[in-house]
Amino acid sequence: MKAYFGRRYMLSASHRLHAEALSAEENRAAYGKCNNPHGHGHNYVVEVLVAGPVDAATGMVMNLATLDETARRRVLDRFDHANLNLDPLFADRVATTENFCKSVFELLDEAVRPAELVQVRVEETENNYFEYCGK
Amino acid sequence: MIFLTRRATFSASHYYWNEAWTAEKNEEVFGRCANRNGHGHNYTLEVTVAGEPDPVTGFVVDLKWLKDVIEREVLAAYDHRHLNLETPEFAEAIPTTENIAIAAWKRLEPAVTGTGGVRLSRIRVYETPEIFAEYRGEA
Repeated sequence: MKAYFGRRYMLSASHRLHAEALSAEENRAAYGKCNNPHGHGHNYVVEVLVAGPVDAATGMVMNLATLDETARRRVLDRFDHANLNLDPLFADRVATTENFCKSVFELLDEAVRPAELVQVRVEETENNYFEYCGK
Repeated sequence: MIFLTRRATFSASHYYWNEAWTAEKNEEVFGRCANRNGHGHNYTLEVTVAGEPDPVTGFVVDLKWLKDVIEREVLAAYDHRHLNLETPEFAEAIPTTENIAIAAWKRLEPAVTGTGGVRLSRIRVYETPEIFAEYRGEA
């Protein structure tokens, strides 16, 4: 039977929303205080949802320890207590949480196999979150 | 189509153990969850049903009715119980979060489907605020 398994991780990172293609005024208009020159930070929650058949021997879709290790290696070690703008992934993309969410999905997609990565949700604050399902 | 979700909580103990395996293999795969003395969680169960609002009441389903069904079909069996030792579905199946979601579906689906126009859409079980599993009735 196909079931879903979800896990929530927290990481703290800084970013600044600034598009090189826009003028200083346009950046200010588009991003407001998120464009402040020295950046700011969030406690991000990354929620990972995988799916697959429940293994008859373990009762699991994916071993929690394996998922945790994958998330730590591919995402948490890389972004926790880091400045997202300085990561090569954001060298030419704005470090919005939309783009961060897509990047997290792409970093985990193959790594969680044979489980299927169904969705990544990134909560930037308690009041806003972003989801990406790989399409 | 409206999706309506009711949350309930229960507290239960369990352990993970596959009788076909050696103790070493159980400990390797299940880690601390393989401690045969068991451990417990405060589980949160989310039951989502789908349907159209009734033209007279505006309800997809009466929430009080759904609350009572959840209490009767699931909480009465799981709350303050040892899942491995006291529930027939986990006499052999391991009470992982995935299997609890599937078992809760099997307990609720007949009662929910029997009620006009509503279908069970999703069961989500939180073992902790950071770990959850879901079953959507798929094969």
